Amino acid sequence: MHEEPLPAWSLPTDAVERIALPEAWPGEVTREWAWGGATGSGVTVCILDSGVEANHPLVGKVQKSVAISIEGDNVIVDEHDTAGDLCGHGTACAGVVRALAPECDLASVRVLGGGFSGSGAVLLEGLRWAVEQGYDVINMSLSTTKQKFASLLHQLADSAYFRRTMLVASAHNMPVESYPWRFSSVISVGSHDQTDPFAYFYNPTPPVEFFARGVDVEVAWTGGGRLVCTGNSFATPHISGIAALMLSKHRELTPFQLKSLLYLTASNVGGGE
Amino acid sequence: MSDELRSAVAAGVLGAEKNYRELLQSIVEVARAIFRAKASSIFLLDEESDELVFEAVAGEGSESLIGRRFPSSTGIAGFVLVSRQPLVIEDVLEDPRFSRETAESTGFVPKGLMAVPLLHEESALGVLEVLDRPSDARFTLQEMDLLGLFASQAAIALDLLQRARRAQATLADEGELAVLARLAQKLEERREEGGDALALLTVLERLVQ
Repeated sequence: MHEEPLPAWSLPTDAVERIALPEAWPGEVTREWAWGGATGSGVTVCILDSGVEANHPLVGKVQKSVAISIEGDNVIVDEHDTAGDLCGHGTACAGVVRALAPECDLASVRVLGGGFSGSGAVLLEGLRWAVEQGYDVINMSLSTTKQKFASLLHQLADSAYFRRTMLVASAHNMPVESYPWRFSSVISVGSHDQTDPFAYFYNPTPPVEFFARGVDVEVAWTGGGRLVCTGNSFATPHISGIAALMLSKHRELTPFQLKSLLYLTASNVGGGE
Repeated sequence: MSDELRSAVAAGVLGAEKNYRELLQSIVEVARAIFRAKASSIFLLDEESDELVFEAVAGEGSESLIGRRFPSSTGIAGFVLVSRQPLVIEDVLEDPRFSRETAESTGFVPKGLMAVPLLHEESALGVLEVLDRPSDARFTLQEMDLLGLFASQAAIALDLLQRARRAQATLADEGELAVLARLAQKLEERREEGGDALALLTVLERLVQ
């Protein structure tokens, strides 16, 4: 009978082999080792946002489009959403990811469109659904300031972390408490003003952990259009795209290892080379 | 006296709504001047109808827009409100839908806009927008911070305005306790000649205790 390996709650000496890592990291980790030759192939990035316009020239194919809404006490998941993008923002994020990781799969989970009231609950349910699907990366610019959602979002973020789903979230640049970007189980992203899409910096004074390109970014928008935009929500998909590249080359990376790899290859650490 | 009644008295006495509206107006005027923009506006979220309402406008289209409403769920302002993230759009390269939507919600077609959520404690109260900065000036992260500072100020003003409106609604109410609020307001208005009435009320307070 085939035995499922038990989770490694403890580690007797004779079981060290059981948690052997699939590959050894080199003494000096370079960007070439981290994602050289990678295209994002085999990795799914979920865009939790306003929807994504499929077949936009800068986005291409969107493998799955889902819409989340709440009616009364029921969560409605429409797995064949045809509404596209209700704002343009989700399409912008998808285009940035696509530019960096041209062969990744994209999944759109739309959590906007039902009006402002109840949007916190829809965000929570959308994230829950996305985490359950086991996507490799979830890109989210959305956050809530409502305390009542904080603890549930925290549980979801931790659960994603242990299930090898990397949550990449836009940091807030205003003096308010909002979630889930502040949790340590996600990667939080702020903006720098350089033009290189592969320039990113580790921040030794969190809660913002990384800075990526977020000023004057040319992005896809609805109607096949393009805009030049600024905001942390455009920096975030840069990190999501780079994470997709790393994961497509090193499939076994846990979120902890992925964060470590981002750190080691950051422009202010070893990535300047 | 309930908190609501207490604030009703205070706000009613001060005739607050007018002052707070002036404060909001001053914020959009200053935002427009500092960013050298064509227009600036503040939208208040009406939670009951789930709509954004023009509360203050400086520059193009100013007078005619006040009070106009549009749905909170779509467009740039709606996204900024829900995501609680500021958004700056510099150049509309090729997007007819964007132009149409923003024209509907701003009164003219801007080439670019800055939108920032107005957050106070746990609540998202509305959105501040600044339209058409000079096209020769590249947007900087310092300006983003400046926009955030304006937003904090506008959010406080918007919160005060909403409190004042709730307070006035309470004052206008025919509820039993509203008489106290109205009485306090009258006494405040006639501070000079209210001595006897105050003495009477002091006796009444002792009796109630």
